[in-house]
Amino acid sequence: MDKTWNNKAWFLVLPMLVLVAFSAVIPLMTVVNYSVQDTFGNNVFFWAGTEWFEELLHSDRFWEAMVRNLIFSFIILAIEVPLGIFIALNMPKKGWGVPVCLVLMALPLLIPWNVVGTIWQVFGRNDIGLLGYYVNALGFNYNYVQDPFDAWVTVIVMDVWHWTSLVVLLCYAGLVSIPDAFYQAAKIDGASRWAVFRYIQLPKMQRVLLIAVLLRFMDSFMIYTEPFVVTGGGPGNSTTFLSIDLVKTALGQFDLGPAAAMSLVYFLIILLLSWVFYTVMTNYDAER
Amino acid sequence: MNLDFSWMAWTWPTAAFFIVIALMLFGMGVWEYVSPGGNPRVGVLRFETTRGDRLFVSLLGSAFIHLAWLGLVGPNLWWALALSVVYAIGVFRYV
Repeated sequence: MDKTWNNKAWFLVLPMLVLVAFSAVIPLMTVVNYSVQDTFGNNVFFWAGTEWFEELLHSDRFWEAMVRNLIFSFIILAIEVPLGIFIALNMPKKGWGVPVCLVLMALPLLIPWNVVGTIWQVFGRNDIGLLGYYVNALGFNYNYVQDPFDAWVTVIVMDVWHWTSLVVLLCYAGLVSIPDAFYQAAKIDGASRWAVFRYIQLPKMQRVLLIAVLLRFMDSFMIYTEPFVVTGGGPGNSTTFLSIDLVKTALGQFDLGPAAAMSLVYFLIILLLSWVFYTVMTNYDAER
Repeated sequence: MNLDFSWMAWTWPTAAFFIVIALMLFGMGVWEYVSPGGNPRVGVLRFETTRGDRLFVSLLGSAFIHLAWLGLVGPNLWWALALSVVYAIGVFRYV
Protein backbone atom coordinates (compact mmCIF):
# COMPACT_ATOMS: atom_id res chain seq x y z
CA MET A 1 0.00 0.00 0.00
CA ASP A 2 1.65 3.22 -1.17
CA LYS A 3 -0.68 5.66 0.50
CA THR A 4 -2.27 5.49 3.93
CA TRP A 5 -4.02 8.87 3.68
CA ASN A 6 -6.46 9.85 0.95
CA ASN A 7 -8.09 13.18 1.63
CA LYS A 8 -10.53 12.71 -1.25
CA ALA A 9 -12.49 10.49 1.14
CA TRP A 10 -13.62 13.69 2.87
CA PHE A 11 -15.93 14.31 -0.10
CA LEU A 12 -17.93 11.31 1.09
CA VAL A 13 -19.01 13.26 4.15
CA LEU A 14 -20.24 16.15 1.99
CA PRO A 15 -23.91 15.00 1.95
CA MET A 16 -23.88 14.84 5.75
CA LEU A 17 -22.30 18.28 5.93
CA VAL A 18 -25.07 19.69 3.72
CA LEU A 19 -27.69 18.02 5.92
CA VAL A 20 -26.10 19.37 9.12
CA ALA A 21 -25.80 22.81 7.51
CA PHE A 22 -29.53 22.98 6.87
CA SER A 23 -30.66 21.34 10.10
CA ALA A 24 -28.20 22.89 12.53
CA VAL A 25 -25.73 25.46 11.21
CA ILE A 26 -28.16 27.77 9.38
CA PRO A 27 -30.69 27.76 12.26
CA LEU A 28 -27.84 28.41 14.71
CA MET A 29 -26.59 31.33 12.61
CA THR A 30 -30.13 32.70 12.57
CA VAL A 31 -30.34 32.41 16.37
CA VAL A 32 -27.04 34.32 16.66
CA ASN A 33 -28.47 37.03 14.38
CA TYR A 34 -31.69 37.24 16.39
CA SER A 35 -29.80 37.42 19.69
CA VAL A 36 -28.43 40.88 18.90
CA GLN A 37 -31.66 42.31 17.49
CA ASP A 38 -35.27 42.99 18.37
CA THR A 39 -38.28 42.35 16.18
CA PHE A 40 -42.02 42.92 16.20
CA GLY A 41 -42.60 40.61 13.24
CA ASN A 42 -42.71 40.98 9.44
CA ASN A 43 -38.94 40.41 9.23
CA VAL A 44 -38.26 43.91 10.53
CA PHE A 45 -35.34 43.91 12.95
CA PHE A 46 -33.73 46.55 15.18
CA TRP A 47 -30.16 46.38 16.42
CA ALA A 48 -29.97 45.69 20.15
CA GLY A 49 -26.31 44.74 20.54
CA THR A 50 -25.55 42.82 23.72
CA GLU A 51 -28.64 44.10 25.54
CA TRP A 52 -30.43 40.73 25.64
CA PHE A 53 -27.37 38.95 26.97
CA GLU A 54 -26.93 41.54 29.73
CA GLU A 55 -30.59 41.32 30.60
CA LEU A 56 -30.40 37.54 30.70
CA LEU A 57 -27.26 37.39 32.83
CA HIS A 58 -28.90 39.71 35.38
CA SER A 59 -32.25 37.94 35.24
CA ASP A 60 -33.34 36.11 38.39
CA ARG A 61 -35.83 34.16 36.30
CA PHE A 62 -33.05 32.65 34.15
CA TRP A 63 -30.78 31.72 37.07
CA GLU A 64 -33.68 30.26 39.03
CA ALA A 65 -34.60 28.07 36.03
CA MET A 66 -30.93 27.06 35.72
CA VAL A 67 -30.69 26.11 39.41
CA ARG A 68 -33.96 24.19 39.15
CA ASN A 69 -32.62 22.33 36.14
CA LEU A 70 -29.33 21.46 37.84
CA ILE A 71 -31.13 20.25 40.98
CA PHE A 72 -33.48 18.17 38.84
CA SER A 73 -30.58 16.61 36.90
CA PHE A 74 -28.68 15.90 40.11
CA ILE A 75 -31.70 14.24 41.78
CA ILE A 76 -32.59 12.02 38.83
CA LEU A 77 -28.95 10.95 38.39
CA ALA A 78 -28.69 10.19 42.12
CA ILE A 79 -31.77 7.98 41.84
CA GLU A 80 -31.54 6.47 38.35
CA VAL A 81 -27.89 5.40 38.34
CA PRO A 82 -27.85 3.39 41.61
CA LEU A 83 -31.35 2.04 40.91
CA GLY A 84 -30.35 1.07 37.36
CA ILE A 85 -27.24 -0.75 38.64
CA PHE A 86 -29.28 -2.51 41.32
CA ILE A 87 -31.90 -3.73 38.84
CA ALA A 88 -29.27 -4.79 36.28
CA LEU A 89 -27.42 -6.78 38.95
CA ASN A 90 -30.61 -8.61 39.84
CA MET A 91 -31.78 -9.36 36.32
CA PRO A 92 -31.44 -12.97 35.17
CA LYS A 93 -28.40 -13.73 33.01
CA LYS A 94 -29.77 -16.95 31.51
CA GLY A 95 -33.10 -18.59 30.62
CA TRP A 96 -36.53 -17.33 29.65
CA GLY A 97 -36.38 -14.50 32.16
CA VAL A 98 -33.81 -12.63 30.06
CA PRO A 99 -36.04 -11.70 27.08
CA VAL A 100 -38.99 -11.03 29.39
CA CYS A 101 -36.96 -8.61 31.53
CA LEU A 102 -35.38 -6.96 28.51
CA VAL A 103 -38.77 -6.34 26.87
CA LEU A 104 -40.24 -5.03 30.14
CA MET A 105 -37.27 -2.72 30.57
CA ALA A 106 -37.46 -1.48 26.99
CA LEU A 107 -41.19 -0.69 27.15
CA PRO A 108 -40.99 2.71 28.91
CA LEU A 109 -38.29 3.79 26.45
CA LEU A 110 -40.61 3.12 23.51
CA ILE A 111 -43.32 5.48 24.73
CA PRO A 112 -43.20 8.97 23.20
CA TRP A 113 -42.38 11.74 25.69
CA ASN A 114 -45.69 13.58 25.36
CA VAL A 115 -47.57 10.31 25.93
CA VAL A 116 -45.51 9.69 29.09
CA GLY A 117 -46.47 13.19 30.24
CA THR A 118 -50.15 12.55 29.52
CA ILE A 119 -50.07 9.18 31.30
CA TRP A 120 -48.62 10.74 34.46
CA GLN A 121 -50.84 13.78 34.25
CA VAL A 122 -53.90 11.53 34.42
CA PHE A 123 -52.24 9.03 36.79
CA GLY A 124 -51.49 11.72 39.36
CA ARG A 125 -54.89 13.43 39.33
CA ASN A 126 -56.85 13.35 42.57
CA ASP A 127 -60.22 12.67 41.01
CA ILE A 128 -59.61 10.10 38.25
CA GLY A 129 -55.92 9.17 38.61
CA LEU A 130 -55.01 5.88 40.24
CA LEU A 131 -51.89 7.30 41.93
CA GLY A 132 -53.43 10.59 43.04
CA TYR A 133 -56.60 8.97 44.34
CA TYR A 134 -54.91 6.27 46.42
CA VAL A 135 -52.11 8.49 47.77
CA ASN A 136 -54.84 10.83 49.07
CA ALA A 137 -56.83 7.87 50.34
CA LEU A 138 -53.76 6.87 52.38
CA GLY A 139 -53.97 10.20 54.15
CA PHE A 140 -51.34 12.21 52.24
CA ASN A 141 -52.43 15.56 50.90
CA TYR A 142 -51.09 15.03 47.38
CA ASN A 143 -51.95 17.53 44.67
CA TYR A 144 -49.33 18.20 42.00
CA VAL A 145 -51.39 21.03 40.50
CA GLN A 146 -51.27 23.16 43.66
CA ASP A 147 -48.28 21.99 45.67
CA PRO A 148 -44.74 22.64 44.30
CA PHE A 149 -43.27 19.76 46.30
CA ASP A 150 -45.85 17.33 44.91
CA ALA A 151 -45.22 18.64 41.41
CA TRP A 152 -41.48 18.00 41.83
CA VAL A 153 -42.08 14.51 43.21
CA THR A 154 -44.37 13.71 40.28
CA VAL A 155 -41.92 14.98 37.67
CA ILE A 156 -38.99 13.13 39.28
CA VAL A 157 -40.90 9.84 39.69
CA MET A 158 -42.10 10.14 36.10
CA ASP A 159 -38.55 10.63 34.84
CA VAL A 160 -37.28 7.74 36.95
CA TRP A 161 -40.06 5.54 35.58
CA HIS A 162 -39.31 6.59 32.01
CA TRP A 163 -35.52 6.52 31.95
CA THR A 164 -34.14 4.16 34.61
CA SER A 165 -34.58 1.39 32.02
CA LEU A 166 -31.92 3.01 29.86
CA VAL A 167 -29.40 2.82 32.71
CA VAL A 168 -30.50 -0.76 33.42
CA LEU A 169 -30.03 -1.87 29.81
CA LEU A 170 -26.62 -0.21 29.54
CA CYS A 171 -25.44 -1.72 32.85
CA TYR A 172 -26.85 -5.10 31.89
CA ALA A 173 -24.90 -4.97 28.61
CA GLY A 174 -21.75 -4.25 30.65
CA LEU A 175 -22.49 -7.08 33.08
CA VAL A 176 -23.15 -9.80 30.51
CA SER A 177 -19.86 -8.98 28.81
CA ILE A 178 -17.91 -10.12 31.90
CA PRO A 179 -16.46 -13.61 31.23
CA ASP A 180 -17.37 -16.36 33.71
CA ALA A 181 -13.67 -16.85 34.47
CA PHE A 182 -13.71 -13.63 36.54
CA TYR A 183 -16.49 -14.94 38.76
CA GLN A 184 -14.84 -18.36 39.05
CA ALA A 185 -11.56 -16.75 40.14
CA ALA A 186 -13.43 -14.62 42.68
CA LYS A 187 -15.17 -17.71 44.03
CA ILE A 188 -11.86 -19.56 44.42
CA ASP A 189 -10.49 -16.55 46.31
CA GLY A 190 -13.55 -16.58 48.55
CA ALA A 191 -14.56 -13.05 47.51
CA SER A 192 -17.69 -11.61 49.13
CA ARG A 193 -20.68 -10.39 47.09
CA TRP A 194 -19.56 -6.81 47.74
CA ALA A 195 -15.96 -7.57 46.65
CA VAL A 196 -17.24 -9.10 43.39
CA PHE A 197 -19.29 -5.97 42.75
CA ARG A 198 -16.54 -3.56 43.76
CA TYR A 199 -13.60 -5.18 41.97
CA ILE A 200 -15.17 -7.02 39.03
CA GLN A 201 -18.61 -5.76 38.10
CA LEU A 202 -18.24 -2.03 38.78
CA PRO A 203 -14.94 -1.62 36.86
CA LYS A 204 -16.41 -3.54 33.94
CA MET A 205 -19.50 -1.33 33.98
CA GLN A 206 -17.53 1.90 34.28
CA ARG A 207 -17.59 2.75 30.59
CA VAL A 208 -21.30 2.09 30.11
CA LEU A 209 -21.99 3.97 33.33
CA LEU A 210 -20.16 6.99 31.97
CA ILE A 211 -22.30 6.82 28.84
CA ALA A 212 -25.43 6.42 30.97
CA VAL A 213 -24.53 9.42 33.14
CA LEU A 214 -23.72 11.50 30.06
CA LEU A 215 -26.97 10.60 28.30
CA ARG A 216 -29.14 11.06 31.36
CA PHE A 217 -27.52 14.34 32.31
CA MET A 218 -27.85 15.79 28.81
CA ASP A 219 -31.41 14.58 28.50
CA SER A 220 -32.50 15.80 31.91
CA PHE A 221 -30.79 19.15 31.38
CA MET A 222 -32.77 19.60 28.17
CA ILE A 223 -36.03 18.12 29.49
CA TYR A 224 -39.12 19.83 28.14
CA THR A 225 -42.05 17.71 27.04
CA GLU A 226 -42.83 15.61 30.10
CA PRO A 227 -42.91 18.37 32.77
CA PHE A 228 -44.59 20.72 30.32
CA VAL A 229 -47.43 18.25 29.75
CA VAL A 230 -47.79 17.33 33.44
CA THR A 231 -47.33 20.64 35.23
CA GLY A 232 -46.93 23.25 32.49
CA GLY A 233 -43.98 24.60 34.52
CA GLY A 234 -46.13 25.19 37.58
CA PRO A 235 -47.47 25.60 40.15
CA GLY A 236 -46.12 29.13 39.77
CA ASN A 237 -42.69 28.62 38.26
CA SER A 238 -41.72 25.73 40.50
CA THR A 239 -41.11 23.23 37.67
CA THR A 240 -40.14 25.75 34.99
CA PHE A 241 -36.88 24.37 33.69
CA LEU A 242 -34.64 26.16 31.20
CA SER A 243 -36.26 24.72 28.09
CA ILE A 244 -39.77 25.52 29.33
CA ASP A 245 -38.68 29.06 30.18
CA LEU A 246 -37.12 29.36 26.74
CA VAL A 247 -40.28 28.28 24.94
CA LYS A 248 -42.37 30.61 27.10
CA THR A 249 -40.10 33.50 26.14
CA ALA A 250 -39.87 32.64 22.44
CA LEU A 251 -43.38 31.46 21.65
CA GLY A 252 -45.49 32.64 24.60
CA GLN A 253 -44.17 36.19 24.71
CA PHE A 254 -42.74 36.24 21.16
CA ASP A 255 -39.56 37.84 22.53
CA LEU A 256 -37.32 36.37 19.86
CA GLY A 257 -34.23 38.43 20.76
CA PRO A 258 -34.11 37.51 24.47
CA ALA A 259 -35.08 33.93 23.61
CA ALA A 260 -32.24 33.71 21.08
CA ALA A 261 -29.75 35.04 23.66
CA MET A 262 -31.05 32.50 26.16
CA SER A 263 -30.76 29.72 23.56
CA LEU A 264 -27.13 30.58 22.92
CA VAL A 265 -26.20 30.61 26.60
CA TYR A 266 -28.07 27.32 27.06
CA PHE A 267 -26.28 25.90 24.00
CA LEU A 268 -22.87 26.95 25.33
CA ILE A 269 -23.52 25.29 28.67
CA ILE A 270 -24.61 22.07 26.96
CA LEU A 271 -21.57 22.26 24.66
CA LEU A 272 -19.22 22.71 27.61
CA LEU A 273 -20.72 19.83 29.56
CA SER A 274 -20.74 17.57 26.48
CA TRP A 275 -17.08 18.35 25.90
CA VAL A 276 -16.21 17.59 29.52
CA PHE A 277 -18.04 14.26 29.41
CA TYR A 278 -16.63 13.39 25.99
CA THR A 279 -13.09 14.18 27.14
CA VAL A 280 -13.49 12.13 30.30
CA MET A 281 -14.87 9.19 28.31
CA THR A 282 -12.26 9.23 25.55
CA ASN A 283 -9.39 9.64 28.02
CA TYR A 284 -10.74 6.83 30.13
CA ASP A 285 -10.63 4.65 27.00
CA ALA A 286 -7.10 5.77 26.22
CA GLU A 287 -5.93 4.93 29.75
CA ARG A 288 -7.37 1.45 29.44
CA MET B 1 -35.83 31.85 -8.46
CA ASN B 2 -35.63 34.65 -5.92
CA LEU B 3 -34.27 33.36 -2.62
CA ASP B 4 -35.34 35.49 0.30
CA PHE B 5 -33.02 35.25 3.30
CA SER B 6 -34.40 38.26 5.15
CA TRP B 7 -35.74 35.91 7.85
CA MET B 8 -32.15 35.16 8.82
CA ALA B 9 -31.83 38.82 9.86
CA TRP B 10 -28.18 39.22 8.88
CA THR B 11 -26.20 42.13 10.27
CA TRP B 12 -22.62 43.14 9.51
CA PRO B 13 -21.30 42.39 13.02
CA THR B 14 -22.77 38.87 13.06
CA ALA B 15 -21.63 38.27 9.47
CA ALA B 16 -18.12 39.37 10.47
CA PHE B 17 -18.26 37.00 13.43
CA PHE B 18 -19.09 34.03 11.20
CA ILE B 19 -16.55 35.08 8.58
CA VAL B 20 -13.84 35.11 11.27
CA ILE B 21 -14.92 31.63 12.46
CA ALA B 22 -14.91 30.36 8.85
CA LEU B 23 -11.45 31.87 8.28
CA MET B 24 -10.19 30.20 11.43
CA LEU B 25 -11.48 26.84 10.21
CA PHE B 26 -9.95 27.45 6.80
CA GLY B 27 -6.67 28.39 8.46
CA MET B 28 -6.77 25.20 10.52
CA GLY B 29 -7.34 23.26 7.27
CA VAL B 30 -4.31 24.88 5.67
CA TRP B 31 -2.24 24.25 8.81
CA GLU B 32 -3.28 20.60 8.76
CA TYR B 33 -2.36 20.36 5.06
CA VAL B 34 1.08 21.85 5.72
CA SER B 35 1.66 19.87 8.91
CA PRO B 36 -0.61 16.79 8.97
CA GLY B 37 -1.48 14.80 12.07
CA GLY B 38 -2.98 17.53 14.27
CA ASN B 39 0.15 17.86 16.44
CA PRO B 40 -1.18 15.79 19.36
CA ARG B 41 0.46 16.41 22.73
CA VAL B 42 -0.19 16.20 26.44
CA GLY B 43 -0.34 19.66 28.02
CA VAL B 44 -1.32 21.16 31.36
CA LEU B 45 -4.71 19.43 31.29
CA ARG B 46 -2.78 16.13 31.37
CA PHE B 47 -4.60 14.55 28.45
CA GLU B 48 -3.85 14.48 24.76
CA THR B 49 -5.15 17.35 22.64
CA THR B 50 -4.82 18.07 18.94
CA ARG B 51 -4.71 21.59 17.55
CA GLY B 52 -8.40 21.21 16.62
CA ASP B 53 -9.15 20.49 20.29
CA ARG B 54 -7.16 23.54 21.27
CA LEU B 55 -9.13 25.74 18.86
CA PHE B 56 -12.40 24.37 20.26
CA VAL B 57 -11.28 24.99 23.86
CA SER B 58 -10.16 28.50 22.86
CA LEU B 59 -13.48 29.37 21.19
CA LEU B 60 -15.63 27.87 23.93
CA GLY B 61 -13.57 29.53 26.65
CA SER B 62 -13.71 32.85 24.80
CA ALA B 63 -17.49 32.64 24.65
CA PHE B 64 -17.63 32.21 28.43
CA ILE B 65 -15.08 34.99 28.97
CA HIS B 66 -17.34 37.35 26.97
CA LEU B 67 -20.43 36.25 28.89
CA ALA B 68 -18.66 36.64 32.23
CA TRP B 69 -17.46 40.10 31.20
CA LEU B 70 -20.98 41.10 30.19
CA GLY B 71 -22.45 39.81 33.43
CA LEU B 72 -19.78 41.07 35.82
CA VAL B 73 -18.22 44.14 34.21
CA GLY B 74 -20.29 45.72 31.46
CA PRO B 75 -21.13 45.97 27.77
CA ASN B 76 -17.71 47.15 26.55
CA LEU B 77 -16.38 43.88 25.21
CA TRP B 78 -13.03 44.98 23.76
CA TRP B 79 -11.21 44.04 26.96
CA ALA B 80 -13.01 40.70 26.95
CA LEU B 81 -11.82 40.18 23.38
CA ALA B 82 -8.24 41.03 24.39
CA LEU B 83 -8.48 38.65 27.32
CA SER B 84 -9.84 35.94 25.00
CA VAL B 85 -6.91 36.38 22.60
CA VAL B 86 -4.47 36.03 25.52
CA TYR B 87 -6.41 32.99 26.71
CA ALA B 88 -6.34 31.43 23.21
CA ILE B 89 -2.59 31.99 22.92
CA GLY B 90 -2.20 30.35 26.32
CA VAL B 91 -4.34 27.39 25.24
CA PHE B 92 -2.36 26.89 22.02
CA ARG B 93 0.90 27.20 23.92
CA TYR B 94 0.27 25.14 27.05
CA VAL B 95 -2.81 22.87 26.62
